[in-house]
Amino acid sequence: MSTSFQINGKTAHSDAPPATPLLWVIREELKLTGTKFGCGTGLCGACMVHIDGRRAFSCQTQVGQIAGKTVTTIEGLSADSSHPVQKAWLAERVPQCGYCQSGQIMSAADLLARNPKPSRAQIVDHMSANICRCGSYPRIVRAIERVMQEG
Amino acid sequence: MTIAIRKMDVSRRTFMVGAAGFTFTIASGLRAEAARSGDVALSPWVTISTDDTVAIMSPAAEMGQGSLTSLPLILAEELDADWAKVRIVVAPPNDALYKNPAFGYMYTAGSNAVTSYFKPLRLFGAQVRKVLLANAASHWDVPVAELTTGPNVVIHEKTGRRLSYGEIAAFADVPAKAPEVAESELKSPEKFRLIGKDVMRVELPSKVNGTAQYAIDVQVPGMLYGAILRAPVEGAAPDKVDDAKAKSIAGVLQVVRLPYGVGVIAQTSWAAFDGKEALGVTWTHTGKAWGFDSRKALPEFAKAARDMSLPTKLWAKQGDAPAALQTAATIVEADYHNDLVYHAQMEPLNAVASVSPNGDACELWCGVQSKTIAVTVAASALKIAPDKINYHDMLMGGGFGRRGHRDEEYVHDAVVLSNAVKKPVKVMWTREDDVHNGRFNPLSAHFLRAGFDASGQLVAFHHRKACDEVTAFQDPVRFERQKGRDGIAYNGLDAPYYEIANRLGEAVPRETGLRTSSLRGIAHLTNIFAIESFMDELALKRGADPAAFRRELVKSNPRAVHIIDTVSRMADWEKKRDDSALGFTYMNYSGTQIALAAEVALDRKTGALQVRNVWTALDPGIAVQPDNVVAQTESSIVYGLGFALFERITIEDGAVEESGFYDYRVPRMSDIPQMHIEVIPTHNHPTGVGQMATPLMAPAIANAVARLTGVRLRETPMTAERVKKALG
Repeated sequence: MSTSFQINGKTAHSDAPPATPLLWVIREELKLTGTKFGCGTGLCGACMVHIDGRRAFSCQTQVGQIAGKTVTTIEGLSADSSHPVQKAWLAERVPQCGYCQSGQIMSAADLLARNPKPSRAQIVDHMSANICRCGSYPRIVRAIERVMQEG
Repeated sequence: MTIAIRKMDVSRRTFMVGAAGFTFTIASGLRAEAARSGDVALSPWVTISTDDTVAIMSPAAEMGQGSLTSLPLILAEELDADWAKVRIVVAPPNDALYKNPAFGYMYTAGSNAVTSYFKPLRLFGAQVRKVLLANAASHWDVPVAELTTGPNVVIHEKTGRRLSYGEIAAFADVPAKAPEVAESELKSPEKFRLIGKDVMRVELPSKVNGTAQYAIDVQVPGMLYGAILRAPVEGAAPDKVDDAKAKSIAGVLQVVRLPYGVGVIAQTSWAAFDGKEALGVTWTHTGKAWGFDSRKALPEFAKAARDMSLPTKLWAKQGDAPAALQTAATIVEADYHNDLVYHAQMEPLNAVASVSPNGDACELWCGVQSKTIAVTVAASALKIAPDKINYHDMLMGGGFGRRGHRDEEYVHDAVVLSNAVKKPVKVMWTREDDVHNGRFNPLSAHFLRAGFDASGQLVAFHHRKACDEVTAFQDPVRFERQKGRDGIAYNGLDAPYYEIANRLGEAVPRETGLRTSSLRGIAHLTNIFAIESFMDELALKRGADPAAFRRELVKSNPRAVHIIDTVSRMADWEKKRDDSALGFTYMNYSGTQIALAAEVALDRKTGALQVRNVWTALDPGIAVQPDNVVAQTESSIVYGLGFALFERITIEDGAVEESGFYDYRVPRMSDIPQMHIEVIPTHNHPTGVGQMATPLMAPAIANAVARLTGVRLRETPMTAERVKKALG
C-alpha cells in the first residue's frame, strides 16, 4: 500500500508498511538525511519536522498517518539557509557537533511562526522538547532572541 | 569564506610540504624527478595553487569541538595565508604524517589537539612561508631580508613590488629539504592575525541546513541495513539462537551469528530493527560481570578505598604523606562516591562498510575519534592490509570519549555484516542499543585524608580511589605501553597543583568486568568532585573562606591566583544570598587554569536542586578561537550539570538497567543556569578547553549545598531523592 504526501513542495510516495516511522521514510527512502535519528521515542527532538505547519516528532509519526498531509524538513525550510532562524543560528554560532540542530531549528521555527515574541519562559518551555548534548542551549536562546529583534 | 573539501585536487601545478623529515615534494608538473624518487607518497600539509588557493590539511577528528578549523588556522597564521583563500582538507589516515604527537597515532581526545599540534603546525606554516620568500627573492634578485609577507602575498617594500602566493606557485622552485625554522623566527603573539580572532568554523553552515554528513547519513547504491543484538554482559556469547520469527519478517535477508551477538541484515532499517527485536537468544555465562550489582558494589568499593591492607598502585607521590599524617595535629577524613555515567552522544553509534565481492578490499564510512584505529579494526577483521581500506571520514554527532576505544566495535559491526553479504551495509544502533551496550565512566569510591600541623598549615594530602582500570578495557595497547598506568581513571588524583608538602595518590584497582570508558572530564570528573569537595571541608574545618583557602594553596602561581580572584569578583563571592548559596571550586587541568562558582537553591520538599548561576573564568594560554572557548565552556558546564544532578547508570546481574532518555535523564534547556564566562588568554602555550568546566560543576554544587544547609553531599549524581535523604 502506497502513502502519498507532500514534502518540501513535492509529492512523495512511500511503499513502506503504514506503521513505519516517518523518520525512516524521510531518511532512508527519500534520502533527506538532515532529519536525524536520536532516540526513536519522541524524547530528544533530533527528528523534528513540520507536519501541516506544526512541529512533530517524525519518529513518533507513522507514515500511514500522513497521507495527504504536508511535511517540511530542514531541507525545505529554505532553499539557501535564508530562513531567519537559520541565519540567527549561524550568527550566534549555535551548532557544535550539530547533530541535533536540524531538530532544534525546526522547533524554533515552529515557535516563532506562531508566537513571534515569545517570553524567555515560553522559549525554554518550547525548546525543552529538544536535547542538545553539546549544551548549546544558551546560544539557542540567544539565536531565538536575535530572530525576535531582527525579524 | 572557506570550503571544506574531501579530496585534494592535485591536477594543477602545485607544491606541497610533507612532514616526515620535512621533505618538500611536487605533486605534479615540473618536478617529475621527485615523483620518480617516490616522494609523492608523502601526503602534504599545504598545497598552494596558481589560483592563490591555499589548501591545508586538518589532522584531527571533528565532533563539535572545532578542531577541524582551529588546527589549519594555526598553520595559516605562520604561513601568513589569507584565510579567505584557505581550503580545509580532512587529512587521510596516515600516522607518519598526521599523528597526534601526544599519542603517536591519529586520535582526537583529552582536549589536546590544539595543545599537541600547535608547535608542529606553526613550524610547517613558517617553512612554507620561507620557501615562498626565497623564491620571490630569487625572482626579483633581491636579498630575502628585504622581503615581508602580508595575507597570501610577498612584498618588497623598497620597490613596492608584490607577488601573490599563487603567482609564486607558478614558478616556485621547491628545495628537496625543508628550510630550518628557529622558534625565534615564529611570529610573536602580538602579530597574530588569525590566532585569537574568531573565524567561522568551516563546517558550521552545513549544520544549519541539514547538509552536514555524519556516518548515519551515508547512502550507498544497493546498501542494506544491519542491526545487532549484543550480549547483555561483556564477554558473553550467543548460546541458543532462535531466528525463525526474525527471518519471517518481510525484508529480513540474513541472520549472522557473531562471537559477541547476533546480527540481522535487511533491506530496510525498520526491518533490521524489527528483526533484531524478534530474535530469541540465550547467552553463555562467560564474562566476569554476571551477578554484578552496582548498588551493592558501591559500598564495597568504599570499604576498599579505606582498607589500607589492600594492594594499591602508586599514582603520584611527593614527600611522605603517611608519615606527615601520623604527626599531624589535626586529621580530616572524607569519602565520596560516583555512579556510572553514560556518554549519550546524540548520534547513536553506527557505521557503513562495503566489502568487495572477494573480500580483499573495503570501503568504510564512520565517525571516529581515531581513524588509525578504524582502519586497523576493519583491516584486521578482514585479514587484509590497511591500505585496502578506503576510508571516508565523517562528522561525529558527539564523541565525549565513546568513539576512540581500541576496538571501535561499531565500526567492526559494519565490516563483519558487510563481509557476510559482500554488499554495502549500514549498521545502526538504536538508542536502547547505545545505552545497553554503553561503556561507562566507572563506578568509583574515594577516600581522602588530610593533616594540618599545629600552626594550622595543611601538610599532608592522601587520596585513594577504588575504581576499575579504564584503560585496561578501553585500550589494552595503550595500557601495556603505559605499563599498567591508568591515566583515564587516575589523572589528577593527588591534586599536584596545590602547594602541599606531602601528597600521595593511590589507585585501589577493582575488577568488575564492566565495560568502562573515558567520558568528558575523564579522570578529573570524579577525582575533582572528591578533591574540590574535600578542599571545601578542609576550609570549613579551618574556619577559612573557601576561595581564600584555595588561593593560599596556589599562591606561587600568579595565573591561578588571578583566575581565583576573577571568579570571586564575577560571582560577588562574599555577598550573602537570601535563599541560595554559592560554592567555589578551582582546578589546574593539564595546564588550563579554571575556577568556577555555582549558585544553588533547594526545594526542601522534593530535594530538587536548582543551579541558578554559574560564574567561571579560565586561562588556557593562547586562546586560538576565543568564542569557541566560550562555546566549549558553556557546553562543558551543561555536561557537568548532568553528571552532578541526574545521570546514573545502574547494573543488575551484570546488565544495564536503563534504556533511553525516558530513564536516563540528561540536561534540557529548562535545567540550565545563567552562565557567566570570562576567557582570560595569556601568551602561554595553548592548553585544553574542551571539557574544563565539566569536573567543577558537581563539587561547586555540593559546596553550595553545604553552605546552604550544612549538609555535605558525597555522592553523584545528587538526585532529588538523595538530597532529600541527606537532609533527613
